[in-house]
Amino acid sequence: MAKFTTKTNPRYFHKSQLKFYFILAPIAIFMMLPIIFIFSQAFKPVDELFLYPPRFFVRRPTLANFYELFQITRASTIPISRYLMNSILTAFFTVLFTIIISVFAGYALSKKQFKAKNLLFTINNLALMFVPIAVIIPRYLIVQKLGLIDTFIINILSLLAMPIGVFLVKQFIDQIPDALIDAALVDGANDFHIIFNIVMPLLKPAISTVGILAFQVAWNSAEASTYYINNENLKTFAFYVSNLTQTTGNTVAGQGIAAAAGLIMFVPNLILFIIMQSRVMNTMAYSGLK
Amino acid sequence: MRISSKKDRGHWLLLSPYLVLFIVFIALPVAVAIYLSFTYFNAIEKPKWIGIQNYITLITRDTLFMQKVLPNTIKYALIVGVGGYILSFILAWLVAQLTRIPRTIFALIIYSPSLTAGVTMSVIWRVLFNGDQQGYLNALLLKLGIIDKPIQWLQSPQHLMDIMILVSLWSSMGVGFLAMLAGILNVDEQLYEAAYIDGIKNRLQEIIYVTIPAMKPQMLFGAVMSIVNTFTSAGIGVALSGSNPTPQYAGQLIVNHIEDYGFLRYEMGYAAALSVVLLLIIWFFSRIAWRLFGERD
Repeated sequence: MAKFTTKTNPRYFHKSQLKFYFILAPIAIFMMLPIIFIFSQAFKPVDELFLYPPRFFVRRPTLANFYELFQITRASTIPISRYLMNSILTAFFTVLFTIIISVFAGYALSKKQFKAKNLLFTINNLALMFVPIAVIIPRYLIVQKLGLIDTFIINILSLLAMPIGVFLVKQFIDQIPDALIDAALVDGANDFHIIFNIVMPLLKPAISTVGILAFQVAWNSAEASTYYINNENLKTFAFYVSNLTQTTGNTVAGQGIAAAAGLIMFVPNLILFIIMQSRVMNTMAYSGLK
Repeated sequence: MRISSKKDRGHWLLLSPYLVLFIVFIALPVAVAIYLSFTYFNAIEKPKWIGIQNYITLITRDTLFMQKVLPNTIKYALIVGVGGYILSFILAWLVAQLTRIPRTIFALIIYSPSLTAGVTMSVIWRVLFNGDQQGYLNALLLKLGIIDKPIQWLQSPQHLMDIMILVSLWSSMGVGFLAMLAGILNVDEQLYEAAYIDGIKNRLQEIIYVTIPAMKPQMLFGAVMSIVNTFTSAGIGVALSGSNPTPQYAGQLIVNHIEDYGFLRYEMGYAAALSVVLLLIIWFFSRIAWRLFGERD
């Protein structure tokens, strides 16, 4: 009798898999259509935007919409590059600090022995389902009390506590054998030495995943700009895009500009994920909640 | 005995940055919401303790909440949260039946909509669902002869909710989907082998008796992510229609109702009571998920 092989996660192609392609192909097309639409719309020249009946695909791609996007802010005192720069800085520091904070906390929750450990981990698991928008008013009042209204760092600070980040890092560090850390302790290494020289190199998949999730939150979030910041100089690009229709009006030309802005929002997320996808999948294998 | 379990306080040093941020931005807001929900607070004068008055108002006087907002929220949560979760699992399972390279490509395509940042994307949706004949959906349906005059998709109470659900479902295959895919791929092959010897006959039985029980932790993680995603994206009705309240409150969810009372009417105490109700709804859904897939209890 032939050796048993499961049909899930197959190593080779077999024609019995064709039916799955037939089911998945239309779903994939449906999923991709809006994304193709953004790309197509963003590169359409004005006359194609005005076309009636509207045509889905672009015929003569142009960068005019991107040019226009940068032009519309020319008249106002704050150029679009300001919003973009704020977003880039916010994303960079959010990713950096989220990783450091999550790794420190995840390491302590995984490898240290102390009384409150299980309690803290349970609370963190509970906080996985925390939805910031649900308590937006108390958050606003606390930010106000701390004197952080209209500061740039609130963009970053409000995003740093990421329960899912600590959770994923902790689960991943659980896989690292204790012996490795004990050996380093015998050699006289301190916690920071162990984290940066022993744990971090083994933690690359989890760090990439936390980094990507932090980037998505930071890049896409308009929370701080909407609620905590009044000074236009400090707001992020995500906020600018979500309010774009107020600037351009719901006009046909505005649609091309909106698509160009949407594309700038989407592409960095996509590229980062494509680069990191195998590391993310590796981390997700340890994502189970018990 | 572990050497690292020697008496040291290093763990508090390592945990402190996270704990501080956690308390300030997660724990404290929840506590303050609960406190304020028992007060009258207009953001200018000090909060005045009024007991459970806000909750009484919520149940007896806020007809809008009982007739529109709560049913909307529950409908949205059931279809986008529960429906989206089941869909995530089905798609993850289908994708897992393919060899590595096509699997990666399909997974990427299914995952990528979740990268589009719900509310920010509304600029795009407004073009697709534009109310005049210039809108892409209208133009397509007119051409196919399904409708004879353009429909105000985002301004009409009959359609707004459906579009919110469609858009949210489309972008709901996020981290939870990836986790479940990883879970399915990591089920031990021997479990299937043993199950077929024990008399499992088809693939549906395989899913129910082998795959899901073997990946319960991922199922739970996926469920929690699905809940979070559902309620985080709940502002979408206002973003799509461009107004709070949404036309005839058709797309009004609790999140919008909170903003309406908190930031537009400055009835912060009442808004806090709404927040507490929302947190309870989220908690209720997650209890169900833990019951189904958790290992304790």
